[in-house]
Amino acid sequence: MASTIATAAAVHAVPRSESGLWSWITTVDHKRIGALYGVTAFILFLVGGIEALVIRLQLAQPGNHFISPDVYNQMFTMHGTTMVFLAVMPLSASFFNFLVPLMIGARDVAFPRLNAFSYWVFLFGAIFLHVSFLHGGAPNVGWFGYANLTAKGFSPGSGVDFWAIGLQILGIASLAAAFNFIVTIINMRAPGMGFMRMPPFVWMTLVTSFLIILAFPVITVALVFLLFDRFTGTNFFVPAAGADPLLWQHLFWLFGHPEVYILILPAMGIISEVLPAFSRKPLFGYPVVVYSGIFIGFMGWGVWSHHMFAVGLGPLADSFFALTTMLIAIPTGVKIFNWLATIWGGKLRFTTAMHFALGFIALFTMGGLSGFMHASPPADLQQTDTYFVVAHIHYVLFGGALMGIFAGIYYWFPKMTGRLMNERLGKLHFWLMVTAMNVTFFPMHFVGLLGMPRRVYTYAPHMGFDWMNLTSTVGAFGIAVGLLVFMWNWWTSRRHGEPAGNDPWGGASLEWALPSPPPPWNFATIPVVRSIDPLWHRESRAAALAANEPSGPIHMPPSSHWPIVSALGATLLMSGMIFGWAIGIPGLVVTLAGIYAWAFEPCT
Amino acid sequence: MSVAVAVHAHAPGAHRTSTGLNSRKMLFWAFLGSECMFFGSLIATYLVYRGRDQVGPHPHEILNIPFTSVSAFVLLMSSLTMVLALAAVQRGDRRGSGIWLAATALLGMTFVGGQFYEFTHFVHEGLTLQTNLFGSTFYVLTGFHGTHVTVGVIWLWSLFAMAVRGKLPQSRALDVEIAGLYWHFVDVVWIAIFTLVYLIQ
Repeated sequence: MASTIATAAAVHAVPRSESGLWSWITTVDHKRIGALYGVTAFILFLVGGIEALVIRLQLAQPGNHFISPDVYNQMFTMHGTTMVFLAVMPLSASFFNFLVPLMIGARDVAFPRLNAFSYWVFLFGAIFLHVSFLHGGAPNVGWFGYANLTAKGFSPGSGVDFWAIGLQILGIASLAAAFNFIVTIINMRAPGMGFMRMPPFVWMTLVTSFLIILAFPVITVALVFLLFDRFTGTNFFVPAAGADPLLWQHLFWLFGHPEVYILILPAMGIISEVLPAFSRKPLFGYPVVVYSGIFIGFMGWGVWSHHMFAVGLGPLADSFFALTTMLIAIPTGVKIFNWLATIWGGKLRFTTAMHFALGFIALFTMGGLSGFMHASPPADLQQTDTYFVVAHIHYVLFGGALMGIFAGIYYWFPKMTGRLMNERLGKLHFWLMVTAMNVTFFPMHFVGLLGMPRRVYTYAPHMGFDWMNLTSTVGAFGIAVGLLVFMWNWWTSRRHGEPAGNDPWGGASLEWALPSPPPPWNFATIPVVRSIDPLWHRESRAAALAANEPSGPIHMPPSSHWPIVSALGATLLMSGMIFGWAIGIPGLVVTLAGIYAWAFEPCT
Repeated sequence: MSVAVAVHAHAPGAHRTSTGLNSRKMLFWAFLGSECMFFGSLIATYLVYRGRDQVGPHPHEILNIPFTSVSAFVLLMSSLTMVLALAAVQRGDRRGSGIWLAATALLGMTFVGGQFYEFTHFVHEGLTLQTNLFGSTFYVLTGFHGTHVTVGVIWLWSLFAMAVRGKLPQSRALDVEIAGLYWHFVDVVWIAIFTLVYLIQ
C-alpha cells in the first residue's frame, strides 16, 4: 500500500493540494464531488423538511392561523421544489458521482472539470433560489407553477422569477452531470465490462441520465416562455391573445413525468445492489431488471397527460394515457417481483441497509398501488388535487426514493468513510422513520377521499378529518426525530465508527475490491472484468483484487478553479434578469472568461 | 466480449475508450440529442399556436420567402465551407484552415445580419414580440436559432485565431470536427424552421 502511494504520487501531472478549503474548491475528484453533492443536498433536504413541518403545524388544527396564507403558499411551493430539485435529484447525483467510476473500473469520470462545474452550478442555483426569501418573498405558485397563475398580473412579485430562473440554473447542473455520466458509462468501462456486466445501479444511472438530457430541454423551453411573458410581455400563456395555458401543462408534464423516473430509477438501482448483497444471491433476472428499467425510461415519455385528466382532453386522449399508464406499471411490477425472487431462499442478513431496501419494496408498492388508481380517469377525477395525490407522491418519493437513498447511505457509508455506521442507531432510525412515515402519510389517503384539497391553507372543523390531520402532523415530527437519530449516527460514526475494511458486506461489485475510502486514483491498475458480480466469482475476484497493485504510472487530471468561476459567472449572468445589468454584465464577462480559460487550460 | 477486444486493439498510450469513440465527440452527440428536444419544443409550440392570432400581421402577410431563401442558401453553403475547413485542418493546411474557417464564420455572420434586417423590417411592419402569438413564437424560435448561429460564429473565429497562429495542427482536428458538428446541426435545424415556418404557411 505504501508503495502504491509513493508510485502514484510521483507521477501526478500537476501537484495538487490534498486538503484544505482550496483543495475542495478546485477538486475534480469524483469522490469528493460526490461528498459535496451529498452534504449540500442533505442540508437542503433538511430545509425542505422544516418547510414541511411548518405546513403540518398550520394544518394541525382546523381554522389555524399559525402562518399567513401567503407564507403558507411559499412553504408548499418551496417544499415541493426543494425536495424534487434540491434534495432527491442531487442526493441521487451524489451516488452517481461517488459510485459510477468505482463500479465500472475507472479512475474518474470522463469530464472531471464538467463534473465540478455541475456541482457548483447546483450550489449557486440553490442559493439563488433561497435568496427569494429575502427579496420580496419566495415562489408561491406550487411546484409545477401552472400558467396563467404565474402571469405577471396574478403573481406580480419576483418569487415566480426566482423560481423560473432558479430552475434554469439547476437545469444546467443536471444536464452537465447527465452528459458526463452518459459518456463515462459508455466509454470508461474497464476492459471486459460489457454492458450486460454493468452493475444495475450503473444501468439505472445511464437510463436516468438519458431521461435528464431529453426531458430538461422541454422544461427549459417552458420556462423560457414564462420568463419572456413576465419580462417582455409576450403572449405565450395569455388567453386573451388566443394562447392556451394548457401549453404549460403539456410542456411541464412532458418534462415532469420523465422527471418522476429521474427521481425513482436511481433508488431502484441502489436497492438492486443492496438486496443481492444481503441475500448472498445474484440479482434475480438481472437482464430483465435492466430491460425493465430501459422500458420504463421509454414509456415514461408516453404517460404525461395522466397528470391532466381533470383538464378534459377528451375520451380518446384520456383512454390512451390511461392505457399507457397501466402499461408502465408492468415493468415496475416486474422489478418488484425480481427483487422478491432475489431475497427468496437467500441467506438474509438484516442490516440497516437491508431494512431500508425492504422498506422500499413495501412502501413503494403501496405508492404504486395508489398510483395505479390514478391511471383510471374516472377515479382520478375524484382524487386529483386532493390529499390522496399527496399521499401517493409521498409513498413513492419518501417511501420509494428516500428509502432507497437511505439504504444506499448505510450500504456505502463504509466505502466513503472507511467506518461502519452504528447498526443499532440505524435500525432505530429505520423503525422511527417507517412508523412515522406511515403515520404521516397513510391518513392522507382518507383525508383526500373525504374531499380535502391539497395546498389548501386551512379547513373547517367537523369535516371528519380533523384528527387525521393532527395525526399527520404528529407523524411529521416523528420523521424529524428519526432524522435526528440518523444525523447523530452519521456524525459519530464518521469519527468513531468501527473500521470497515475493504469489503464489510461481501459485496459483488468492483468498489468493494478497493480500500475504504478509495485512494484518489481508485484503481492502481485498471482491472479486467471477467464476469458479472466480479467479486463473487473466484477467477474474476482475483482479477479485480489485482487492481490494487500498481503496474505503471498513474495519470490523474489536475484540479482546476475554472469550473467554480464559470459556474459563478453563469449564475450571476442569469440572476442579472432580476438584479439588473450591474450583476448581469459582470456575470457575462466572468462566464466568458471562465469558459475560455477552461477550454485552453491543459487538462491532461 | 467484443468490447474487451476492441479495447485491446488500440495502441497503448492513446486515449483508450470502451467503444473506441472519442469521449468529447460522444458528449457532443448527446448534447445535440438534447438540443433536438429544445428546438423540437420551440417548433412544436410555433405549430400549435399557428393560426390562433387575434390580430395581424399574419405570417403570409409579412414573411418574405425570396429574401429568406437567399439567407437559407447562405447558411447551407456555410456547411460546405465548414467541411472544407475541417479537411484543410486534417491535412495540415494552415492557410486553407484559416481561409475556410473565416469563410464559414463570414457566411454565418451574413445569415445573422440577414436575420437582423428581417427582424427590424418586421418591427417596422408592426410585428413585435408582443403583437400577437405569431410575433411571440416566431421571434423566440428564430431568435434562439440566431443565437445558436452567433455562438457558432464566435466559436469559429476562436478557431480561426488559433489557426492563423499555427495552434491548430492536425492533432487538434477534433476541435474543428466538433465545432463542425455543432455548425451542421444548426444548419439542419434551420432547414426544419425554414420549411415549417416559411414554406408551409
